[in-house]
Amino acid sequence: MSKVSNARAELREMDELSARTSPIHRLHPLAKLLVTLIYLFTVVSFPKYSFSALSVMLLYPVLIFQISGIPARLCFHKLRVMLVLVCAVGILNPFFDRVPMLTIGGLTVTGGVVSMATLMLKGVFALTASFLLIATTSIDRLCAALRQLRVPGILVTLLLLTYRYVSVMLRQVSVMTEAYALRAPGQRGIHISAWGSFLGQLLLRSIDRGSELYQSMELRGFRGEFHYARGGGYRAADLCYTLCWAAFFLAARLVDLPRLLGNLFV
Amino acid sequence: MLRVEHVSFSYEKEHPVLRELSFQIASGERVGLIGANGAGKSTLMKLFLGLLPCQQGEIYAGGVLVSRENLTQVRRTLGFVLQDSDNQMFMPTVYEDMMFAPLNYGLRREDAEKRVDAVLERFGLTELKHRYNHKISQGEKRMAAIATILAMEPAVLLMDEPTTSLDPYNRRKVIQAIGTLPQTILIASHDLDMILDTCQRVILLSQGMIAADGPADVILRDRELLEKNRLELPLCLSRCGR
Repeated sequence: MSKVSNARAELREMDELSARTSPIHRLHPLAKLLVTLIYLFTVVSFPKYSFSALSVMLLYPVLIFQISGIPARLCFHKLRVMLVLVCAVGILNPFFDRVPMLTIGGLTVTGGVVSMATLMLKGVFALTASFLLIATTSIDRLCAALRQLRVPGILVTLLLLTYRYVSVMLRQVSVMTEAYALRAPGQRGIHISAWGSFLGQLLLRSIDRGSELYQSMELRGFRGEFHYARGGGYRAADLCYTLCWAAFFLAARLVDLPRLLGNLFV
Repeated sequence: MLRVEHVSFSYEKEHPVLRELSFQIASGERVGLIGANGAGKSTLMKLFLGLLPCQQGEIYAGGVLVSRENLTQVRRTLGFVLQDSDNQMFMPTVYEDMMFAPLNYGLRREDAEKRVDAVLERFGLTELKHRYNHKISQGEKRMAAIATILAMEPAVLLMDEPTTSLDPYNRRKVIQAIGTLPQTILIASHDLDMILDTCQRVILLSQGMIAADGPADVILRDRELLEKNRLELPLCLSRCGR
């Protein structure tokens, strides 16, 4: 399968993951969205040397992976490129911050190493939490939640249509690359001399395809606002889920739980 | 139900696509719109739906003039089944696609769902309800696309090549489904066998004008007329040597 076909398959796989029926999937999308947002803000707000305090936040993705039945391996496979980029962000910290912070078995760990590890952990947590939100909530339920949070309709529609059009565009890329490969045997990828016309064609075809889709929507009464499936009301269980996680995140942010636990035994 | 009065249209001034076209389609009638490539079939469909502006003449759908101001009313009357079902089915599942139009037209979710269920049951498509659009076959997708439009409960059904790229079994299924529909139907197609099976009347377009308008049984048996207009006898008739 070509890279483009793989990308299309991965998009579809996300749709299928979000259609599962675990207790996490059944939660109100607003509850999941709120918890994810609080989680992201909390993770980002940790100071740069708070590696041990931050590590407690691992509990959230671990529990969600367990309850939702989404394989963690799948998450890291899909996010492999992003994870590398995120991890590369703090790679220079050890060169600039050489202040010794602690010694482990005779090995001195500098502030730069700790801040690099903290930054990497923050990135991994943020990406994992976002993945879990998308993998347990379909795009239109997510959009419904955004509308409930009073995000402007035009932005939400833009998000939804972008998500839908990505697969339309990928289909065009797939067809065109296959047609090219069939007439360029033995050639790897698309030759640089063909890139201009290839991209031009892709743009024109995508516009055509997009116009037809939009016409089809217009002919069925679309006036710029989607009627999202709201997924029932916000129940007590949803409220409980939101409040419990919010309380835990707040506690983890204010109190260094690993240190507290460590002190109990020392 | 549909009325076309002296309609002309051109994309470029020197090359008119439709010239002084006039005809009527009565309520409940099933009409096949045939003609060679470039005869103006798709353009006429787009004019009905208000996707192209009527440059000259007037078109009425359900007694309402097709114009910018009346588009909502006109599009509630006309349901359009696109040639490419992939362009029609843009939601992830068949169910979500079928709910799209009824919700847009203000139906409550529960009522829309009842309507969707009724249409699916009527066509024996209930098992497709929660299937992903990318996981169903072309034939199933075409049936689902028709069901999607029927969920709008349009008075008139416009179909653009409804049997293209279908295998014989699915083609037969679509033909049978069209045969059971109570709506006024206008089908643009090159599949003359299907037109013969489903339509009582045929309008033959040639170079933007009506070359013939009459009973399907008569026009589709007229070899000379068809060949003159770059068409051929339906296979079922030519094989019988009639």
